[in-house]
This record gives sequence, C-alpha cells and structure tokens, in this order.
Amino acid sequence: MAALSTVSSRASFGQRISWGPLTAALGILLFLVAFLILPVAMVIYVAFTDPGSGQLTLANFMDFFRSALFRESFYNSFYVAAMSVVLATVFALPLAYITSRFNFRGAVLIQTLGFVPLIMPPFIGAVAMQLLFGANGSVNLLLRDWFGFTLPFMEGLNGVILVQSIHYFPFILINLSASLRNIDRSMEESAQMLGSHGMRLFRRIVLPLAMPGYIAGASLVFVKVFDDLGTPLLLNVNNMLAPQAYLRISSVGISDPMGYVISVILIVCSIFAMWVSISAMRGKDYSTTQKGGGGLSKRDLGALETAGCYLVVLALLAIVLAPHIGLLLLSIGTVWSFSVLPDGFTTEHYAVAVNKAWPFIKNTLLYAGIAALIDVLLGTAIAYLAARTTLIGRKWLDYIAMAALAVPGVVLGIGYLRLFYSVDIPFTGAPLATWWGIIVIALATRRLPYALRSCSAALQQVSPSLEEASENLGAPKLRTVRRIVLPLMAAGLVAGFVTSFATAAVELSATIMLVAQESDAPLAYGLYLFMQSAAGRGPGAALGVITVVIVGLATYFAQHLVEKARREQSASAGSH
Amino acid sequence: MLQAIETTGQLAASSGATPIRIRNLTLSFGTTKVLKGIDLDIGAGEFFAFLGPSGSGKSTLLRAIAGFGPRPSGEILLGERNVIGLQPWKRDVGMVFQSYALWPHMTVRQNVAYGLEERRRPAEEIRRRVREALELVGLDAYADRYPSQLSGGQQQRVALARTVVIEPKVLLLDEPLSNLDANLRVQMRQDLLALQRRLGITTIFVTHDQEEANTICDRIAVLSDGVVQQVGEPDHVYDQPANSFVARFLGTANILDGRVIARDGACRFVLDERSSIPLQGSHGEGEASFVLRPRGLEFADDGAGEIAGTISGSEFLGDTIRYFVEIGDRSVLVDEVHRRGGDRRSAGTNVMLRVVPGQGVVLAR
Repeated sequence: MAALSTVSSRASFGQRISWGPLTAALGILLFLVAFLILPVAMVIYVAFTDPGSGQLTLANFMDFFRSALFRESFYNSFYVAAMSVVLATVFALPLAYITSRFNFRGAVLIQTLGFVPLIMPPFIGAVAMQLLFGANGSVNLLLRDWFGFTLPFMEGLNGVILVQSIHYFPFILINLSASLRNIDRSMEESAQMLGSHGMRLFRRIVLPLAMPGYIAGASLVFVKVFDDLGTPLLLNVNNMLAPQAYLRISSVGISDPMGYVISVILIVCSIFAMWVSISAMRGKDYSTTQKGGGGLSKRDLGALETAGCYLVVLALLAIVLAPHIGLLLLSIGTVWSFSVLPDGFTTEHYAVAVNKAWPFIKNTLLYAGIAALIDVLLGTAIAYLAARTTLIGRKWLDYIAMAALAVPGVVLGIGYLRLFYSVDIPFTGAPLATWWGIIVIALATRRLPYALRSCSAALQQVSPSLEEASENLGAPKLRTVRRIVLPLMAAGLVAGFVTSFATAAVELSATIMLVAQESDAPLAYGLYLFMQSAAGRGPGAALGVITVVIVGLATYFAQHLVEKARREQSASAGSH
Repeated sequence: MLQAIETTGQLAASSGATPIRIRNLTLSFGTTKVLKGIDLDIGAGEFFAFLGPSGSGKSTLLRAIAGFGPRPSGEILLGERNVIGLQPWKRDVGMVFQSYALWPHMTVRQNVAYGLEERRRPAEEIRRRVREALELVGLDAYADRYPSQLSGGQQQRVALARTVVIEPKVLLLDEPLSNLDANLRVQMRQDLLALQRRLGITTIFVTHDQEEANTICDRIAVLSDGVVQQVGEPDHVYDQPANSFVARFLGTANILDGRVIARDGACRFVLDERSSIPLQGSHGEGEASFVLRPRGLEFADDGAGEIAGTISGSEFLGDTIRYFVEIGDRSVLVDEVHRRGGDRRSAGTNVMLRVVPGQGVVLAR
C-alpha cells in the first residue's frame, strides 16, 4: 500500500508545469508580438485614425479612393499582378506538360529553368532587361533593322509584368508539376478504357486534377508581384501601390496616412490570395498515386516532336536567362547604349564594385547572417515546442510566425518606422528605428517562415522514440535535445539557415524603408543606389553578378544538404 | 447488392458473351521478358482467374488485354477480333482498377456517366443507364456524393458500376478485393459472382489469393515467371498440381524427391533404401517427386506404416495439429485432426507414417 501511494504521488509530481518550455514559449511570443504583431497592428490602427484628432475614421480610405493617382495605382497593381500570372502560366504550362507526359531527354534543362530565375531577385535583372528589351534595347534594334518595327516589351507596366513573370513562373511550374506527378496512372487509364483520349481526356480528367496545384502556385505569384517594391522602383514605374506607399512615407513623412492605407490594402489582398490558395487545396487533395505506381504514363517522342520540345524549352531558356545574360554583359561592358552589344569589354566595374561596395557586402553578410541565425534558433524552438511539448496554444506560435508570409515587406518597414521611431536606443538617444539592428530584426521576421518550415521538416524526421530511448538511458531533456535531436536535425537546420540567409541577402522592400544612413545599407540597397545613375550601372551590374553568385552558391549548397540528408534518411529507413 | 440485382431487370445479360483467346503472347519491359509465350482459352461467360505471386506477370497480362503497357507480340482475340495494337479506348474492355481509380473531382453520377458521355449517348439514355447501374450495385442513393465521402466497399461498387454501365465485351478485375477488410471481402466476392452470373459477361479476375480464386472462379490459370503453369478448375489444380511450383503455391505441400520403380505390374515410390510408398495406377520408372498435402499422411499407430520418422516439433492450428516429422535427413509436415481433449504427440517420439490411400501425386523430374 505504501509503495502504491509513492508511485501515484510521483506520477502527479511528473505532471507539474515544466518551466523551461514555458519560458522559451513566452520569450518567442514576446519577440513575435513586438516585431510582427504590434508593427502591423500599428499600421492598421494609423490607417483608420484621423491624423489631426486621433479619432477612428474611414476618411483616409475615402481620400485614397478619391485620388485619381491612387485609383490608377490600385488598378495598375492589380493589372500587373494578374497579367504576370497569365504570362507566368504561358511560360510554365508547356514545360510542366512536356515533363509530365513525355520521356524527354532535356528534362534537366527544364529543372534548371525552374530554378535559375529564383536565385536572382527580379529588381537586379530589371535594368539589364531594359538594355535587352527596352525601346532602344538589343532586341528592338535588331527588329528595327530586320523587320522595321519594334515591340514595347518594357514600356511602363509591360516591363514590370515581363520581369516579374520571368522571375516568378517557377512557383507555378513547381506546383503544377508536383500535382501532375501526383496523378495516378490508373486515373488516366480508366478514362481511356471508357473511351476517352487525347485533348478531351486531358481537359476532363488531367486538368481538373492538377487544378488545385496550379491555383496554389498562381495565387503565390499574384501575391508576390502585388507586394513587390523593388522591381517597379528600379524600372521607374511609380504608379503602383507598393512604390506609392514607399514614396509617400519617404517624401511626405511617416505621419502621412496614405502610406498606411496602402499598406492595409496590400495586407488584405495578400490574405485574400492566400485564402484562395488554401481553399483551393482544402478538401481537394487530389494526389491519387498508389504505392509502387505513380505519375501519368509517359510516352516516347518522335524526332519531329523532340525537335519541337527542344525549340520550346530553348526559347524559354533564352527568355529566362535574359536578365542573367544582360546583367553579365552590363557588368563587363564599357559603354552600352543604342547598340545590340556593348562597345567594348572591361573588368573595371568589378574593381569599382568591390572597392566602393565593400561596406554593402560586409553589411549584407553581417545582417543576413545574424538574421538567419535568429531564424534557425527561433524556428527550432517553435517547431520543437509545437511538436514535442504539451503547452496550451503551442501551435499558435507556429501560426503567428507563418503569418509573416502575408505581411508585405513595405508594410513591415512602415510599421517599424512608426513604432520604433519614438523609442530611443539606450545611451545614444537616437531613435531605435534608425539603428542597423532593426534591419536585422526586420530580415529575421520576414524570413522566419522559411526557416521554420525547414526546422519543422527536420524535426519530423527525428522519431520521438529516438528521444525516448535517450531519456530511458538516463539523459535529461535538454541533454537529449543537444546530443540526439540537434545532431539529427543538423542538415535541415543548415538548409534553413542558408535559405533564410540567401533570401534575406537580396531583400529590398523592408530594408529600403529602414536604412537610415548609407554606411548601414546592405547590398540590395547599394545596388538600388548604383542603378540610379548611368555611370553607376556598370559597377551596379558587377555587384549584381556577385550577389547572384553568392545566392546561387548558397541555394545550391542548401539543396545539396537537404538531398543528402533525405538520401541518408531513406537509406537508414530501408535497412530496417 | 444481391437484392438489388434481383429487383432490377434492365441491365440484362448481353446476348452472346465474348470468348477470349490468347496466342503466343510475349511482352517485355525493356530487355526484361515479362510474359513468355502465353496461350489461353477463356470461354464465353466464364469467370476466370489469373492466380500468381507478385511479379508473375498476371497484372501485366490483364493490362495487355485492356491495351495498357508496352505493345506485346502474339494475338489477343476478343471474339473474332485481334485487339493487339488497338488503342484502349477502342477495345470495349471494362477494367476495374485495384485502386478503383475513381476521379475525385467528379460525383458518383458523373463518374458512372463518363463512359456513356464519351460514347455520345443521348442525355435521356445516359440518365437511365446510370440509374440502372447504380441500382445494380445498390448505390442509387449515393449518386451525388464524391468518392472521398464513400467507404472502401462503396467506392469499389461505384468502380464496378462505372465499368459495367458501358456494357463491355469482357470485364477485367485487378485485385478488386485487396483494399477491403476481411469480412467485407468475403461478402464482396459473393456479390461479384452474383453480378457476373447476372450479366453473363466473360470476366477475368486477377489475384494472388488462392482462396478468392478458388471460391468464385470457374477456372484458374496459375502464372509464375511470365508462364502459365497450369489451367483448370480450382479443385482439379489443387489435387493434381502440374508441377512443384503449383503444388507449393496452392496450399502447403510435402515434396519428396525419390524414384519410381515398377515391379510385377505394381509401382512403388522409393524414398530411400528403408522406405517406399505404394502407388496406384501406372507410372513411368525413374527420378520423380512425390507431392503430398500434410493431410495426405497419417500416423500408423498400429505400426503398419511405410515410413519411419521422429517427431521434431508441432504447431497448434486450431482444428488441426501440424507435426514436423524427420525422415532421415528430410522433414515432412503431417496434419492430424484435433478434437477437444485429444493428446498431443511429444517431440522425440518415434513414429510410423502411412500415405492415406489415393493421396499424393507423382511428378516426373
């Protein structure tokens, strides 16, 4: 009897609140509230407040829609985002179709196509695209010489649409290819058996089954384009929402309500597009592959068909690589104006870029490095708390952190400016909003969702029984995490770090609001400065090439690590 | 479902079911030969099974009849027509997929109507025939549901309705019961048989489960390694396996190697110098295998057995006890009926075994 009561009292002893996880959870919550929820709430609050009296009002929104410029900007942003989705679909659809239906030897090319655009932020290539496709760019010069007409590829909104859809079409390609891959062969075969084939079968069976994936990709493209600030700014297209928000805040000041109204509109549209994406997927998990089988049946191509496929793929490759090629030419060209190619070649721009831009590079490595470190620490903690503890509301940390995806960079930047301008850095008296550390925190908050997903995925691969085995052999919780969980998650964590780092390194929309002095500016901002003057274009392009190489290497490295970890995981799973 | 079949008369047996003849059918995946010269005759209206382990080629053969997979050489005659090279949508062959392959974006009604729409039938006819097909499988109340809202058994019946509604010449069933739980499987196989009899359609059933094949099929073809090992009625194939593969695949078998000798018009199967078994009928002399089910041996407690051995262990199987008996350097299985209160023979006991008269088959080696 005595022994029994000892056992039961010990059981209740074990149920007491564990302070470690609770402290961690509260710390993370504090971070998210201070740097994500409050700034956004502040933006929304200001948008609905009368600047004079401080009363809640809808007057700011009335003013917004009364202004012809803002109405036009609103329409333009919508038009550009929608047309970018259309053009991106035109790029992605044939590629997805070719890979999923045919045994095509050039599949490697298509994979490259789905990857190359993403390693270069669109605003970097924008200037180069103007030199290739602008009114007096290479392509139009050739068209004029040969055929006597030109095409307005880069005129106004067209330029933004072209640059954005080249950059973002991989989102559609990846999602669409994945959902096509997930259609089981028997879906198609049963339709054939019932008398259907060719385009009709594609339209009635394959297309509807692939639709959720397409909508998910398309809505992502829509949001990204709708929110983007850098590309329109560099192409000097200012009558869109994000540039207007930036210009109002930077020229009129942080008390002007229009910037906040635009921010609210950007947030609402972001959330709406994400809702569309989520509801497109919900209840429509059409992935139908059976174990062992999978994918639509592929057929071999005839010689003519193969040639056709190569023609399509190479044409798209040329378009997709145009910003890269243009940037490279610009970075090594002497003078490039009114000519198909630069007049001469030089390495001088790289010397200038490295000399003058070294502070930018140094700042970027520092900012993106610290931000990525914060992301991985927070991401691991959030993932672990959500998956392995019993704290009440533990999933909410995950949800809040992921909500950062719906907050456009411009909005976060404006929120930080407004919220932290009145807070002083201790001992200096300068506003917190002008401190370089706030740029780091903005980057960390923006990229946290990426790192969090990497960390969650890595944690999911560590079975709880591995942890239990360690505890069973006498290791307390924290030591188990350090000796068992973290080493097993290592590859995923590094991948998360690199993803955060690479994307933070080219972030412009939030940082452009927060850079107080040039000596604090990161690479993306430096690039923007260089590209403002004709003389700065060469060095700017050289800087762009350097950035693309850094980001490309980092991304390749991350991909490689994840693949390697996956292979090891599946190898050890297979040996059981 | 059975009830539904009795009450609906419209989907009547198609007059003149189609026989299937397969001649020298060979098929390769790349350089691997998967089907090696298959010859089969399946009668009109017959319920036929392809039985074999995974990798035997049974599913590949079924898919070849439906027109899926690489193009085979040889002939597949549906009635008088060789369908090799014909596209799947021109064959009029109905196949029910193992996964059911119901389209998740269409309701039950839309799934079932699909084949008729592809055949450009008038709307009124489509409505009527879809209703009849759903009544036939007892799912007329579920027409507007999506496949994801149905149980596995109901999905299976929708897949059947979708296939039979086009009144195909032959019906192919690819492991149709493998995704159902055990109780439903027993019920469903009887329903399948009733449906097949009702429609009178030539049907091929692919399975790796001999019990499924034995219980509902008129005849079975045992496949292994891309070759038809044996064709026949289930009990015949079980009792007279053509080779040791068939004997082993259909239930448990003792396969004893030895030789047949004939003396004074009577044949004996000689295991070794000490043991031999009298055979009925006449057999050719020489090296052979003697195939015997565990029930074909019994303990000769009176000592009048042919084979001496030692019990090395036993398993309790419920209605029988299976003994492992060492005979020299080989081991055989002997099943003895178990009744309540019966004694279990202990390991180490020396026993005499006798072949139950008429049991066992001699296979030439």
